[in-house]
Amino acid sequence: MNLTLRVWRQKNAKTAGQFVTYQARDISSEMSFLEMLDVVNEELIKSGEEQIAFDHDCREGICGSCGLVINGTPHGPLAATTSCQLHMRFFKDGDTITIEPWRAAPFPVIKDLVVDRTAFDRIIQAGGYVSVSTGGAPDGNAVSIPKDDADKAMDAAQCIGCGACVAACKNASAMLFVSAKISHLGLLPQGKVEADHRVLNMVAQMDEEGFGNCTNTGSCEAACPKEITLDNIARMNRSYAKAIFKSKLS
Amino acid sequence: MAASAESMQASSRGLILRLWRSSIGKKYVMAVTGLGLFGFVIIHLAGNLQIYLGPNAINAYGKLLKSNPAVLWSARFVLLAIVALHILTAIQLTKANRKARPVKYAAGKPVASTFAQRTIVISGLIILAFIIFHLGHFTIGFVDPQLLEYEDILGRHDVYRMMVTGFSNPIISIFYIISMGLLLLHLSHGVSSLFQSLGLRSKKTFGFFDKLAKGAALVLFLGNCSIPLSILLGIIK
Repeated sequence: MNLTLRVWRQKNAKTAGQFVTYQARDISSEMSFLEMLDVVNEELIKSGEEQIAFDHDCREGICGSCGLVINGTPHGPLAATTSCQLHMRFFKDGDTITIEPWRAAPFPVIKDLVVDRTAFDRIIQAGGYVSVSTGGAPDGNAVSIPKDDADKAMDAAQCIGCGACVAACKNASAMLFVSAKISHLGLLPQGKVEADHRVLNMVAQMDEEGFGNCTNTGSCEAACPKEITLDNIARMNRSYAKAIFKSKLS
Repeated sequence: MAASAESMQASSRGLILRLWRSSIGKKYVMAVTGLGLFGFVIIHLAGNLQIYLGPNAINAYGKLLKSNPAVLWSARFVLLAIVALHILTAIQLTKANRKARPVKYAAGKPVASTFAQRTIVISGLIILAFIIFHLGHFTIGFVDPQLLEYEDILGRHDVYRMMVTGFSNPIISIFYIISMGLLLLHLSHGVSSLFQSLGLRSKKTFGFFDKLAKGAALVLFLGNCSIPLSILLGIIK
């Protein structure tokens, strides 16, 4: 199939970007979206032009590196799918596809379609971990975990930190990401010890980074390639209230 | 170590200030004040529907509301404070949201969100303009001071006549009806959303809160619009 691409090209964070139109020719419907871009880049190399920069790593939907806004939707039109797992069979011959980077002030463009997502790393550093004591490793089955808690924690642990939630949100809110981490760690006994500080510190860092506020529209949930739900945000809202009142009382 | 730093911060800054400075804390403020205002519009409609019981009922109700100045002014003060907080918080949140998302996407439609959700700030602003007009119309009297001077045979303020005269003007009535349409839009998202902000909504209860919000918003819309419509159609004279 042949496609017309409107791609956001931007040299670096300081220069203004613009859309440039490219023709993608002889694209197989079996290709992934990123492979289609590889083909376009091969052509650009041949003609001596600068390649289109985009983030990618595992190309199997689990690393969270890729992230393109395809026709206005983060990771494209297919639900629960990362850009790398989106295949060209979901497009038609002759389609025009607009490709943009994540748009959010805390995710500045580095180049073309690549954005700087280190704001997420700083949020994780603020509390998205479980401290582990040294010493003999405890038996894995010594601590009982209710099935329901384990299921919810594992669902939240699906988050790959790609930032599609921020990209989809009209307010560039990071609450789905942060709440997934808070649920994932806070629901499990090992993570409960630090649960209060985790929520207080991660939310403080999230605010510090300049992410917007949740208006409960559910865009994040719809765009999330890992189907993280709004229930996590509600849980974070509850945990935050509990933590802040407790911190005041103690 | 972090725990002691945390509690020291907490004691020195105060809970309210900390809540106010955080994104989630501000959402609590939006939710709680929103819930308060939702309660108010329900009571307000219930009171106004007494117009269907005739002049005596609604005039007596009007007198009752104004019988104790201390209670009246306390209630007015609390309401005003809630409105002010709701608006102030909304402004701050919206400013932060716009700053966080300065560039819009060139292509496509917004993902998943509804019209009511995306227009909540605009519907809120127009409702504010309406509230100011409404207070001027029926409470302060800058639209038509005469409306507030009507008295019934018992010497009470003639609320019934004020409403009938006030809504006999089709332009004013249409403005009221449009404003109620915006309130419908605002509440159809807001009432469900506030429970999410307070952490009380989940996938399981979403359906309930969504129906509650849309149902209550529709009942309020129909109830409120029935009054000017009945007057314009001559059902209430």
